[in-house]
Amino acid sequence: MTTTLEEVWAALEDLADPEIPVISLRDLGILREVRAGADGLEVVITPTYSGCPAMGQIEDDLRSTLEKRGISARIVTRLAPAWTTDWISEAGKEKLRAYGIAPPHATPAASTVVRFIASPAKAEAVPCPRCGSANTVETAHFGSTACKALYRCEDCREPFDYFKPY
Amino acid sequence: MTSALTDYLLHLADNALVLGQRNAEWCGHGPVLEEDIALANVSLDLIGQARLLYQLVARRQGGDATEDTLAYFRDTHEFRNYTLLELPHHGPLSGYAQASLDYGTTIVRNFLFSALMALLWEALENSAYADLAAIAAKSLKEARYHLRHSRDWLVRLGDGTDESHARAQAAVDHLLPYTQEFWADSPAESAAIAAGVGADPGALKADWDAIVDAALAEATLRRLPSGGYVPKGKLGIHSEHLGYLLAEMQSLARAHPNSVW
Repeated sequence: MTTTLEEVWAALEDLADPEIPVISLRDLGILREVRAGADGLEVVITPTYSGCPAMGQIEDDLRSTLEKRGISARIVTRLAPAWTTDWISEAGKEKLRAYGIAPPHATPAASTVVRFIASPAKAEAVPCPRCGSANTVETAHFGSTACKALYRCEDCREPFDYFKPY
Repeated sequence: MTSALTDYLLHLADNALVLGQRNAEWCGHGPVLEEDIALANVSLDLIGQARLLYQLVARRQGGDATEDTLAYFRDTHEFRNYTLLELPHHGPLSGYAQASLDYGTTIVRNFLFSALMALLWEALENSAYADLAAIAAKSLKEARYHLRHSRDWLVRLGDGTDESHARAQAAVDHLLPYTQEFWADSPAESAAIAAGVGADPGALKADWDAIVDAALAEATLRRLPSGGYVPKGKLGIHSEHLGYLLAEMQSLARAHPNSVW
């Protein structure tokens, strides 16, 4: 029996990110492609942060999900083009917001990237995921994981995570 | 791939691993919780970058080479990192001296190095070696966050209390001369540049100076002209501090070779 590409996609459609379980690997843009390789089916993933400890777990989760469905496929890691938060789907961003994590702004165009930010106050406002207020301040560049910064809402006083543009 | 190009990849990898290991000393000892977490996250990025580069070298070398044999079973003289990155988190003391960790030293070093890497990874995005260009594109995103973090704290410490200013200035005076190594010639870099694989650090110096000068001015810190001994860590000639760092990092893997968990 041969497995179609659609069946592989269907099997992996709802596989959640181990770190932020409200969002799927597909919504995060980590799951890039399912294709027929020379030696059978291949599932292509692109890693997020170099130091993200969840990447090993993600591969294990993919492998065991496929095995459970009796699907044999190889996991291929592709570095280029590099993963970016711009690949997170609109549905995924909404799920992050509902979970209490402010979704990332779009990454700046390469030509306009500043090498350092002299005044963080000029940075684009990050709306509070709970009350929607734009009156928020960054309290730390790095939150519980490298991909998030810590913010506080000055209106509802709630601390929250911001998924940083990457 | 020639051995000079392998040396170049090892230089980039060893830089990331050695600073990642050094900064991990703050894990559980940070001056405040947020900084403890920030330093651990920066270390994870650096060790992740090192892993990608070691995996690349291991694939090129073939045989029994793996990322682990490269990290754990090479000795001091085989490491190609800048000397700056192996120094302890305090002023000049002998290798066996015990001293309190100094956050000013940590921040100044992270700033001087990430200012370079934000430029170097950007240049290496155009490397003719596609695997290296891919790692550079990823690492650049991370280096920019590392630069932003260390630059913010550099300004806060320099333009802070008398105590924080004095410590930040002492760290700048101590560490800046080590950055001369960034611009010194090495056969591995020359070969990599000639092959279109590497980036010429000399072409980045003016931009690096501009980043450093602007940040130091904002931090009310002075920059003395650098001179004297130019370190040779990237040639494998290290300070006495690297051996202690490697001993701690490698002892477990060497006591239980080939073990996995």
